[in-house]
Amino acid sequence: MKALVFIVSRLYRDRSAFLGALIILALVVVALAAPLLVSHPDAAWAMNPQVRLRPPGGEFLFGTDRMGGDIYARVIYGARITLTIAVVAVGVSLLIGVPVGLVAGFYGHWLGEVLMRVSDIFLAVPQIVLAIAIALTLGPSIENVILALSLTYWPWFTRLVYAETQSLKNEVFIEAAMALGVPPWRIIVTHILPNVASPIIVRTSIGMGFTILTAAALGFLGLGAPPPAPEWGRMISESREHLPDAWWYALAPGLAIFLVVMGFNLLGDGLRDILDPRIRRAQHGRG
Amino acid sequence: MPTVAGLVAIVFVVSHIIPSDPAALVAGEAATPEQIAAVRKKLGFDQPMHVQLGAYFWKLMQGDMGNSLFTTRPVWDDLSGRLPATIELTLAAMAVSTLVGVPLGVVAALRRNTWLDHAVRVITVGGLAVASFWLAILLQLLFSMELGWAPLNARLQGFPPPAVTGLLTIDALIAGNLGVLGKALAHLALPTITLAVPGLATLVRFTRAGVLDVLQSGFVQYQRAMGIPWRVIVWKYVLRNALVSTVTQIGLLFGILLAGAVVVETVFDWPGIGNYAFNAIFSSDYNAIVGFTLWAGTVFILVNLLVDLAHSAIDPREARS
Repeated sequence: MKALVFIVSRLYRDRSAFLGALIILALVVVALAAPLLVSHPDAAWAMNPQVRLRPPGGEFLFGTDRMGGDIYARVIYGARITLTIAVVAVGVSLLIGVPVGLVAGFYGHWLGEVLMRVSDIFLAVPQIVLAIAIALTLGPSIENVILALSLTYWPWFTRLVYAETQSLKNEVFIEAAMALGVPPWRIIVTHILPNVASPIIVRTSIGMGFTILTAAALGFLGLGAPPPAPEWGRMISESREHLPDAWWYALAPGLAIFLVVMGFNLLGDGLRDILDPRIRRAQHGRG
Repeated sequence: MPTVAGLVAIVFVVSHIIPSDPAALVAGEAATPEQIAAVRKKLGFDQPMHVQLGAYFWKLMQGDMGNSLFTTRPVWDDLSGRLPATIELTLAAMAVSTLVGVPLGVVAALRRNTWLDHAVRVITVGGLAVASFWLAILLQLLFSMELGWAPLNARLQGFPPPAVTGLLTIDALIAGNLGVLGKALAHLALPTITLAVPGLATLVRFTRAGVLDVLQSGFVQYQRAMGIPWRVIVWKYVLRNALVSTVTQIGLLFGILLAGAVVVETVFDWPGIGNYAFNAIFSSDYNAIVGFTLWAGTVFILVNLLVDLAHSAIDPREARS
């Protein structure tokens, strides 16, 4: 609790991290309160061909799309999809990646070797390539995008936790605990995990932004939620057929992706400054 | 090597459980079930997965990546035919990121907390957050459709310069054909910028952090106390020390660019390997998918190895440990 108060108060002082936190807060609020922010409940899905491709202004803040859908309403509802994908995919990656990294780093015998080799394989190709292959194998849907992103993102956590755990393992307080006969799983949970928490938190925030970008790219390539789901990446892809006349088509969804990813990145950077004392010194030191 | 083999195995299995039936696609729409079965048998798809995988590895050892199901040409020929386009684009993006990113990072660190530093920071934060396909569309909208400065997509059309390197810009330069060079550069411009932006932002961040780190180290303080001119300290000591880690970053940039190429080449219809991979994935072209992954994985691992070697060559501390 004390740590949380410390983090929040430091965040408040770091302007850009605070901005990031505000953006994320806004995303969460928009996602939760989407029905309240839209004039009629089915504005995001309704097809009104008579108002298709209207420029922004008047009734339609961001214009309308090729089906006459209100782009404003679609972007608002798209926040739900984006947030769901990011939270679940990064959550699953955490649940797989952190335990694997802890076990591999702490035991380090053949099991650790094998686990790290497996994560090497996943890190050997760009994430998006594997994610495309998996998402395509399973068919276009939100669930499959989440699965594809989780299956390809966990090695990042594993790498991180593995390296931290390995260096922690040789610390005196861990050796002392081992000499006292504390069972390994307890050492991992009560001594190692709290000490690797900071980099995990930072990586989670940055990973959210990264995952949102990759998910949007999958949507753009036609692998995301099938239409008429208001997925930001797919909306940008649809706009290509209507350029340059419908210049506003891709504007709002692209800006939404930009803002949200920036929010997570700013927060991640801020958290890193706060949680990593080495960098904190560099930030406020002389020079 | 085991990493590449494992990668091939995973992608092989994943690509082979794609639900569509490639045998039916190859046999054509009018094919009878018997004909489809015959095609399936001919391509070996009736065998169990591990037998197919074993057969693939066996052929791979002999340097045969199989034929693409759709172009029917050997995957190796397809990949190598498209390689120059990707290399040209990647190298151009790498050059832009490095030539713009490193100086920006250095300047931002030296002018820390001035408006310049803040402006650079806004650029990097934005560059890392922008979706490349959106940036591509904005660039196309502005520079191709509105201003007409650059072509909308694709590589150079019409007669290419005589092939020497396969990189159209270099070939045009060798042939001394400035008109073609200009056209090739115009085609290259927008995809290069799109691809370079995230890498550029990453480089700026690392360079800035690296320079700041060195600026705060004890020996710089000492040199300042000794009264050595600031310019000399920066050029002779700070940059040398700081740019070691930047070299590593430039190498690792390659991975970012490779990933970006799949999306950027698709948006710009750039006839490279990323575009090929995308089409292969969408047409369940197994051999092409596995071939691309094999290629990308090998390049990625080789580049990492080269970066390690370069790093220890530049940094004597690294070499000793």
